[in-house]
Amino acid sequence: MRSTGSPCSARPSLPTEVKPHGQPLWLLAELTYKCPLQCPYCSNPLDFSDYSSELSTQQWLDLFQQGRELGAVQLGFSGGEPLVRQDLKQLIGGAHEMGYYTNLITSGVGLNADKMADFRDAGLDHIQVSFQASDESVNNMLAGSEKAFQQKLNMAKEVKAQGYPMVLNFVTHRHNIDRIDRIIELCIELQADYVELATCQYYGWAHENVEQLLPTRQQLEHAEQVTNRYRQQLEEAGNPMKLIFVTPDYYEERPKGCMNGWGQVFLTITPDGMALPCHSARMLPIEFPRVTEMSLQEIWDQSPGFNYFRGDDWMQEPCRSCDEKDKDFGGCRCQAYMLAGDMHAADPVCGKSPDHHKIEAVRQRSETVRNDSSAFVYRNTRNSRIFARG
Amino acid sequence: MNDGVISQVDQPRLNPMFRFQWEKAQDCYVLLYPEGMIQLNGPAGEIMALVDGKRSVADIIITLEQKFRDAGDLTEDITGFLGDAYAQHWITL
Ligand code: SF4
Ligand code: SF4
Repeated sequence: MRSTGSPCSARPSLPTEVKPHGQPLWLLAELTYKCPLQCPYCSNPLDFSDYSSELSTQQWLDLFQQGRELGAVQLGFSGGEPLVRQDLKQLIGGAHEMGYYTNLITSGVGLNADKMADFRDAGLDHIQVSFQASDESVNNMLAGSEKAFQQKLNMAKEVKAQGYPMVLNFVTHRHNIDRIDRIIELCIELQADYVELATCQYYGWAHENVEQLLPTRQQLEHAEQVTNRYRQQLEEAGNPMKLIFVTPDYYEERPKGCMNGWGQVFLTITPDGMALPCHSARMLPIEFPRVTEMSLQEIWDQSPGFNYFRGDDWMQEPCRSCDEKDKDFGGCRCQAYMLAGDMHAADPVCGKSPDHHKIEAVRQRSETVRNDSSAFVYRNTRNSRIFARG
Repeated sequence: MNDGVISQVDQPRLNPMFRFQWEKAQDCYVLLYPEGMIQLNGPAGEIMALVDGKRSVADIIITLEQKFRDAGDLTEDITGFLGDAYAQHWITL
């Protein structure tokens, strides 16, 4: 497992201080960056076409085992599109035997009833299907594929028919958020157990497309009202379906406590074997550890990358002396890096950040910008090469 | 609380949305569901461990009163907890 290249057998002394941290309860396995869709808000790195190597079946199984020993209990298979991996059933089976609760996070493209039954046999606990809108044309426009929507509908029905719990995930944005009532109706019809109505975080591809994605404040308030009305109706009807509505932090005055704290709960592994405290952290100028060079335990407990933003010694003003720093940990590091140009800065979403005006400017633009789907930068290999370094 | 919902003859069963298991790393029983986990405290875990769709509420009470003899009458605690568990959709009756 280890190939640190050190000539002596003694353990190398570690330069970083190890700070208090929890267990990696959540392990996210990004199995591949390959995907048949081209969502303009994809969270994969802009230069994903640079990273085409993938970990082997045996490497993944070994990582799952290590994660389990560290206390991981939820395992997410994502990507890209995880169904592209031919060994998915084997990976599910292995993880299930280790005692994980296994989650398949898929666009539904490439799924069919036989595969679903196969995965069920292997021990898959849950399938999350993501949708772009309830309206076929908007949905297809956004996914860059004509057939995608009908396939998703069929797959969602099949997920329920096979007795899986079902989470439907709708990414909302200015092009579809006004139809949230239809989105919810569709979920009721499909008998979803949980529905996530979330605007995307504006990293990666979504950051490139923020103008065409960010809803206006008015759109957002309307959508929240509609959601609340449905919540009440569902409760009155004794329907246990849960609606989870996530507002974009661009409209808040305080950032979210990103990932429940850096290196506290989440551990993501990229297709090519990089370990990250958050799936978007790859963009930061930090050297993150590789699973081919260190054990997960060393990565989680000792690696400089995972200790980088633990605790609050790294903070600058206004966070350092702020009495809310235990609540939000200074917000999202990626957002600070992208918008304030310094990953140690306060998240510009915060009203106290000196860069907060940048968020206000984007908000303001959302009031006047015209919806134009031809302006989207789609997530595909051609566009990725433009962002790639090599 | 929700007493009144639960009767002694009910045979609670776990909602198939959830998986119940012992977690060594947390040192407690947990309920797992899509992308989430509920850690149960000692008594809650003991009760849920007996929920199998066959035992009645009365059986669960007797079993736990025998196991924890010093605890006295557990009827109210157990029906109270099961009432909450039902309200949370963890169990069906
Ligand atoms: S967000 Fe869209 S493009 Fe990105 S991996 Fe998921 S389905 Fe594929
Ligand atoms: S100043 Fe920093 S710690 Fe305080 S609320 Fe804003 S982001 Fe959070």
